[in-house]
Amino acid sequence: MKITEDTVKYVAALAKLTVSEEEQQKVAEDLDRILDYIETMNGLDTDGVEPMSHVLPMKNVFREDIVTNRDEREQLLRNAPKQKDGSFAVPKTVE
Amino acid sequence: MKAYETVIGLEVHVELATKSKIFCGCTTQFGGDPNTHVCPVCSGMPGTLPVLNKQVVEFAMAAGLALNCSITQKCKFDRKNYFYPDLPKAYQISQLYLPICRDGGIEIETEAGKKTVRIHEIHMEEDAGKLVHDPWEDCTLVDYNRCGVPLIEIVSEPDMRSAEEVIAYLEKLRLILQYLGVSDCKMQEGSLRADINLSVREVGVPEFGTRTEMKNMNSFKAIGRAIEGERKRQIELLEDGGKVIQETRRWDDNKDTSFAMRSKEDAQDYRYFPEPDLPPIEISDEWLQAVRAHQPELRDEKMLRYEKEFGIPEYDALIITGSKQLADLFEKTVALCQKPKEVSNWLMVETMRLLKEQEMDPEEITFTPAQLAGLIKLVDGNKINRTVAKEVFEKVFKENVDPEAYVEKHGLGLVSDDGVLRSAIRQVIENNPQSVRDYMGGKSRAMGFLVGQAMKEMKGKADPGMVNQIVKEMLDAM
Repeated sequence: MKITEDTVKYVAALAKLTVSEEEQQKVAEDLDRILDYIETMNGLDTDGVEPMSHVLPMKNVFREDIVTNRDEREQLLRNAPKQKDGSFAVPKTVE
Repeated sequence: MKAYETVIGLEVHVELATKSKIFCGCTTQFGGDPNTHVCPVCSGMPGTLPVLNKQVVEFAMAAGLALNCSITQKCKFDRKNYFYPDLPKAYQISQLYLPICRDGGIEIETEAGKKTVRIHEIHMEEDAGKLVHDPWEDCTLVDYNRCGVPLIEIVSEPDMRSAEEVIAYLEKLRLILQYLGVSDCKMQEGSLRADINLSVREVGVPEFGTRTEMKNMNSFKAIGRAIEGERKRQIELLEDGGKVIQETRRWDDNKDTSFAMRSKEDAQDYRYFPEPDLPPIEISDEWLQAVRAHQPELRDEKMLRYEKEFGIPEYDALIITGSKQLADLFEKTVALCQKPKEVSNWLMVETMRLLKEQEMDPEEITFTPAQLAGLIKLVDGNKINRTVAKEVFEKVFKENVDPEAYVEKHGLGLVSDDGVLRSAIRQVIENNPQSVRDYMGGKSRAMGFLVGQAMKEMKGKADPGMVNQIVKEMLDAM
C-alpha cells in the first residue's frame, strides 16, 4: 500500500475535509486501488507522444477585450451568509 | 565581522491595462464601490466557465518580447489550489508548467557599470480580491472588484546584489511596461507590486544562503528600506550564530523592521494541476510576428531619435524619455508647434521645478499639449515676455488655463502699439536730459539706461526689441 493513513489525513486537511478515524483506512485503500489502476498506464509505450492536458480537440478559445457586465451587487450578495457595506463579511483572517 | 553579500531576486506582479477582466466581461477599473465590478464568473459561482481575454495573451507576449524572453508557443493554464477568502473559487488560475515567456533579461545601469538581470519566466494569472479588516466588528470585509483582473508575474533570477540594483531593475521594468502600454504601473494603486526574495552569504561562498520573502512592497522607498533592514537582520542573526529560517515576512515601513507572518498551520501545498476549464493556447508564428511588428518604440530608441530628429541634448532626452507621460507630451506638443527645443526647455526647467515643488510625478501632469504649444506660440510671436510666460505657465500647470485667454483676460500681453510706445519713450527722453547728453557725448551705454526706463514705464509689458529700436531712432534724430 502506497497511500498511508497519514497521507489521507494530509490531503483531507488541505481540502478542508473531515475524514473520521474509521473512514481513514477505507479511504486509503480506495485511493490506493485508484492509483494502482492508473499505474497500468505505465505499461504503455509513450515515447514520442506529446503530453496532453485536455481531451477535447480545442485550442485558442478567446473573448475580445470588451466590458459587458454591469453592477449586479445586490444579486451577488443575495446568498452571502453575512454582508456589510456592500461587502461579504467573513470571519477575521489572520495576517 | 565577516564580509557578506546580499542576493536578491524579485517576483513582480503587474496588472495589465485591459478594459475587461481576464476571464469575464467585468471592468478592471480601479476603485469603484465594493463588489460592483463582479459577475458570476469572477465570483466563482458554480456552473460558470472562464473565457480567456485575448488581449491578456498579447500583452504578455509584448512584455516577454520587450524583456528578451522566448515565447512558449504551446502554453496553458494551471490551477493553484488554496483556501483564503480573497479567492472565491478556492483556486487561482495561473501558469506553472508552461509559462508564456521564459529565459529573458534586461540590462540595468549600476555604479559598477552595466549589468544584466536575467528573467526566469513571466506567467499570466488572475488577481485576487481585497480584504479589509472591519474596525468595528471582529470580521473581515471582502471586495471582489479586483478579483480576476489580469496579472503577469515577472520572476527574475537572483541576480541583484543591492537595493540600488533592485530599484534600477524595477524602474527599467516599469518604463518598458509603460511604453508598451501593457500596464500603467501605478504603485500607489497596486498595479505594480514586488515580492522580494533575499538571502545573504559570506563573500566567496558559492552556495546561496537561506532566503526570506517579503510580500507586496508597493513603493520604491519602502523597497529600499526593506532590503536594507532585512539584510541587516539576517547578517546579525548569522553573526550571533543563528540561522535564517525560510519564511514569509512582512515589512512594516513605520516600524522600520520586518516580522514573520504567522505561518499557516499546514505547509504550503498548492496541488497545481492543468486547468480543465481553459483549452490550451497555441501561438502561431504569424501571431507572434504580428505582435512583434506592433511593438512600440521603447525608451532607448526614443532617446536616440530625440537627439537626432529634434536636436535636443542627450541629457534632456534622457529625462524626457524617463517618463512615458513626458515623452508623449513632448512629442504631441512638438507636433503642434514645431519647436522641439522650446518644448524641451519648458519641460526640463519649469515643469520639473513645479513637479518638485508640488511633490508630483510626471504621470500626474494634467495640462495638454495644446496648452503648452499655445504658450510657446505666445512667446515666439513676441506677444508676452519670458517673465510673464513663466507666470502664465504656472497657471497652465496648476489650473489648466488656456494661455491665450488668460493673457487676454489679465492684460499681460506685450504692448506693440507703435503710438503708445512712442509717447512713453518720448516722455522718458524728456525726463532724462542728462542721459541724452551722455549718449550724444558718445557714451552709448546711456541708451541702455533709457531703454530700461522705458521698459519700467511700460511695466515690463513692452516688446524690448521694439523699444530698443524706437529709442535709438529718436536719439539719432535729435
